[in-house]
Amino acid sequence: MNSLFEYLLRLGDDSLIIGHRLSEWCGHGPILEEDIALSNIALDFIGQSISIYEYASEIEDKGRTADDLAFLRFDREYKNLILLEQPNGDFGMTMMRQFLFDSYRKLLFESLINSCDDRISAISIKSLKETKYHLKHSSEWVIRLGDGTDESNKRIQDSLDTLWRYTAELFYEDDIDIELKSSKIIPPMKELKEAWYNNVKEIFSRATLTIPNNNWEYGEGRRGVHSEHLGYILAELQYMQRAYPGMEW
Amino acid sequence: MANKEWPLWEVFIRSKKGLSHKHVGSLRASDSQMAIKNARDVYTRRSEGISIWVTKSNSIFASKPDESDSLYEPSDSKVYRHPTFYDIPDGIEHM
Amino acid sequence: MKDQDISKLEQKFQEKIDNDIKIEPRDWMPDDYRQTLIRQISQHAHSEVVGMLPEGNWITRAPNLRRKAVLLAKVQDEAGHGLYLYSAVETLGANREQTIDDLHSGIAKYSSIFNYPTLSWADMGAIGWLVDGAAIMNQVPLCRCSYGPYARAMVRICKEESFHQRQGFEIMTTLMKGTVQQKKMAQDALDRFWWPSLMMFGPNDEDSKHTAKSINWKIKRHTNDELRQMFVDATVPQAELIGLKIPDKDLVWNKERGHYDFGEINWDEFWQVVKGNGPCNNHRIETRKKAKENGLWVIEAANAYEQKRKIKKVS
Repeated sequence: MNSLFEYLLRLGDDSLIIGHRLSEWCGHGPILEEDIALSNIALDFIGQSISIYEYASEIEDKGRTADDLAFLRFDREYKNLILLEQPNGDFGMTMMRQFLFDSYRKLLFESLINSCDDRISAISIKSLKETKYHLKHSSEWVIRLGDGTDESNKRIQDSLDTLWRYTAELFYEDDIDIELKSSKIIPPMKELKEAWYNNVKEIFSRATLTIPNNNWEYGEGRRGVHSEHLGYILAELQYMQRAYPGMEW
Repeated sequence: MANKEWPLWEVFIRSKKGLSHKHVGSLRASDSQMAIKNARDVYTRRSEGISIWVTKSNSIFASKPDESDSLYEPSDSKVYRHPTFYDIPDGIEHM
Repeated sequence: MKDQDISKLEQKFQEKIDNDIKIEPRDWMPDDYRQTLIRQISQHAHSEVVGMLPEGNWITRAPNLRRKAVLLAKVQDEAGHGLYLYSAVETLGANREQTIDDLHSGIAKYSSIFNYPTLSWADMGAIGWLVDGAAIMNQVPLCRCSYGPYARAMVRICKEESFHQRQGFEIMTTLMKGTVQQKKMAQDALDRFWWPSLMMFGPNDEDSKHTAKSINWKIKRHTNDELRQMFVDATVPQAELIGLKIPDKDLVWNKERGHYDFGEINWDEFWQVVKGNGPCNNHRIETRKKAKENGLWVIEAANAYEQKRKIKKVS
């Protein structure tokens, strides 16, 4: 198994799956301005997934294209975080999911800029710009909804309670990470955890939200074991490629 | 009603250095930060390095068009004839 | 105001129009002109926003990453264009939420084309090529519309929309170069969208109650039938070029006129869909209503947060 290839799948699948979820909002946002913002963010993620899969396909070097990787793998071969495949729920749920992820992604790309792999470093420079913007958007919304009305506070607290269990997986580490860490391609993930926790704690305190007392580490998305939701995402995502195999579009 | 809508903001954009800010349109936002962010999403589709001004529409005062000199009482007034420029107490549904 | 004064104002107003001087928000304008613009621009804005739905349908099912990104960007553009237009409506003193409520309650109309379902990927091609093509025919002359904010919004919209029709035609072209299945899919999409696209230009001139006035005020620059003819003339050769057949047995090139003759539109269907009986009318409006209702708590929360922040700042 090629560790770099596996790692790129994790990175690319995160972008693709969250991009897919956010694109479901298009036409259904709470107000036109926010509809546009959500599509913008979704577009950034689809764009990221394209450059990451393109690199992955070069690394794999077996003739699979970026599209083949995005559309023609089986569920167990997708390596995204389980957090990201969770349904959109209400706008607060989507913003909470986004905030938990953005605050992790920002730290990750900040470190990956220094990767000794030039392509990863270049992808990270571009993605970091986008991620900072996403994080500003999602954290402002978490604060507004948390410290808004009683109803919004309750709704977004519920979202936090629902999603918190999936955050342990953000800092998942296995042999792949250890190998890439030792060759200075990726940062030590576990070391980012404290910074991440302090950041989200600060925002939650401004949002008057309480972090749940739940430290159960749940999630095996990085190993390809997913929640029930991924299957439905793939059914839509892969529909055309599965129904009409091998055609140009 | 009052709580169901965000205020209207006018958006001014400097599209490149050396040019002045130009009015491009309006949008809705609950605060100035959001107004700037929305302006970026809506009116610039994320091009970087540009400058955005936003101001609440109801804080713009405008001169009156020349033609109405003889027909209207002279008075400066708000920029647009806009119903939400007037505060109506909660509880009044339609006006 | 005295009748005499009003007629003086009206005369001045018409002089400006005749001399191609733009009317701006605070200029005096006849109430009828204002109401016509509010109706037309808000209808246009609603069309952009409702128009997001049939295409939005296929974003999660787009066949490859490039198509997915392009489609998402296109649908997002439509949201942006809706917003530019609502912004123009607001300069006329019409409140955006009020006009949206009129849409939701069925008082305000939008383009009927969006009441037809999108059944296959080829429909993304057909919509871009035909529906955006027809929209461009309508919109380019509106860039010279007499009302300043509308004309400016249209300039922006036309600039941004130039890629919409091309990407649609590219989808169709790719399909027509593909397998038998793909060609069938493309032809089927054209068969379903051709007539509704012709209907987008509205009733025949003799049945169009608003046209004469709108042309006199330079809100509209061409009649419905003129625009429809321009669209047919432009589109037929494009279809032929990629091997698609226009589903109209009466379609024939008229050498004398220098235009295509084409068959009669099914006006019963047109009026039925306008009245709300099209295949997707209910579904589209219900979807928009639900989006708004589900978002109300968000709007309220942001307002409440801003109130608290202001109070904190003061104290």
